Amino acid sequence: MSSAAIEFDHIHKTYQPAIKHWWQLLAKRKPSEGFKALDDVNLRVEYGEFFGLLGPNGAGKTSLISILAGLSYATEGSARVCGHDVVSDFRLARRALGVVPQELVYDPFFTVMETLRIQSGYFGLHHNDDWIEEVLHNLGLSDKTHANMRSLSGGMKRRVLVAQALVHRPPVILLDEPTAGVDVDLRRSLWEFISSLNQQGHTILLTTHYLEEAEALCGRIAMLKAGQIVALDTTDALLARVGGAGLEEAFMQIMQEAGKAPESAL
Amino acid sequence: MNQSRITPSSDTPMRSGFYTLLYKELLRFWRVGFQTIAAPVITALLYLIVFVQVLQDRVKVYDAIPYVEFLIPGLMMMSMLQNAFANPSSSLIQSRVTGNLVFVLLTPISTREFFAAYVLAAVVRGLAVGLTVWLVSLLFVPIPVTSLAWVLVFGTLGSAMLGILGLIAGLWSEKFDQMAAFQNFLIMPLTFLSGVFYSIHSLPPLWQTVSHWNPIFYTIDGFRYGFFGVSDSSPWMSLAVVFGFFAVLTLIAIRLLDSGYKLRT
Repeated sequence: MSSAAIEFDHIHKTYQPAIKHWWQLLAKRKPSEGFKALDDVNLRVEYGEFFGLLGPNGAGKTSLISILAGLSYATEGSARVCGHDVVSDFRLARRALGVVPQELVYDPFFTVMETLRIQSGYFGLHHNDDWIEEVLHNLGLSDKTHANMRSLSGGMKRRVLVAQALVHRPPVILLDEPTAGVDVDLRRSLWEFISSLNQQGHTILLTTHYLEEAEALCGRIAMLKAGQIVALDTTDALLARVGGAGLEEAFMQIMQEAGKAPESAL
Repeated sequence: MNQSRITPSSDTPMRSGFYTLLYKELLRFWRVGFQTIAAPVITALLYLIVFVQVLQDRVKVYDAIPYVEFLIPGLMMMSMLQNAFANPSSSLIQSRVTGNLVFVLLTPISTREFFAAYVLAAVVRGLAVGLTVWLVSLLFVPIPVTSLAWVLVFGTLGSAMLGILGLIAGLWSEKFDQMAAFQNFLIMPLTFLSGVFYSIHSLPPLWQTVSHWNPIFYTIDGFRYGFFGVSDSSPWMSLAVVFGFFAVLTLIAIRLLDSGYKLRT
């Protein structure tokens, strides 16, 4: 089978209880203990898709994204970005991937431009100012180029996070709740920019709690609950299930239905 | 939906992110040079003034060497070791607490490149501090250099060894107080009880034995040999011990990084 932008193959993730003593590092531990965050997730996102990953808090969205980004190792199964395994072929996989993290993190030592040049250098791109300036311009950050990261407002920092994810022109972009706590204006300009990237051919994987955003932007949507995919379909087909009553309605219905199965087992 | 499809570009050659990570680590301490270079030099200077005043005529070290000359290489090395430790450890703990370590973890930088960048930056800071202490000490008394090669070998290896310890401490610590504990209960006693201020031959036999188990003693002893051509142990013996520790710590650090210890879940 030809490669896809993103592939998850039978992904399981169990978080082990914290290591309390150093000797636990030496012994192999049983995978049966701990919290099961992902349970046999299979997913394939094709090149050029705008894909939405929805689910309540703790459903496993961030776990899934972390495995793709290499921030977390799957307990079982494999994940690939543009055909590159995220563990064995991590250099090419990470090069193909741009990640906008959920937390608003930054390095207070540097200016916006330095932050982006450094990030670009981490990917081995040392003369990348033309592209960096283009990204800054598109994100409305041109006048903040030489401002220290510390002096930026929350919204501006969020834009820099998006810029950082794009410095190496990744074909696949992961956005983990990029609009949480962002004002209307920034949200709109952010989506215009992301949509234009998608139109240029970038694959987008988005997690969000704003269902109207997902409805407007995503071509296909997967819904996660308790570490399992409970719905995977085109946005139109999901809307059709509830007679066009909106994605929120579809989401509520699917989550309720998914909740019934384990109950009947008791 | 998609007019074209963007796949990873194969035309741009893959260059390593190591240089940028090293540059960032160097820039980080250089930006606050007042704290990272000037401050330790002042501390060393204060030790020099006070100890020379108090101990000049009381402590007897090697026959022909005045105490002040004996003390200078010890203080240089102590400052180098402490700063080589501080560089990676403070960088990692700050990146972890503020969360920006993720920007490095998301990139194609391998564990070995990560290791090399942090340790090399630690060595550069160690050597920069050592050199500055030496320059300032010229105001007091110029000390002879018998063998520059030994000075550089022990300066570099000692800084690298403590740089790796700093890296390990930075990986292990999740909070600032854990880092402080590592520093106060391990690094400080080891450096102070290593013969910075005295020749271990002036110690009672028990403490001489104890000192011989302290790897930091060998970094200072070998370093001092480079200046005076005299030392408590043979420089080759010191080199073997320091290199042995360097190798073991390297293996431990690489293993921790490979396992993703406290970096990747």
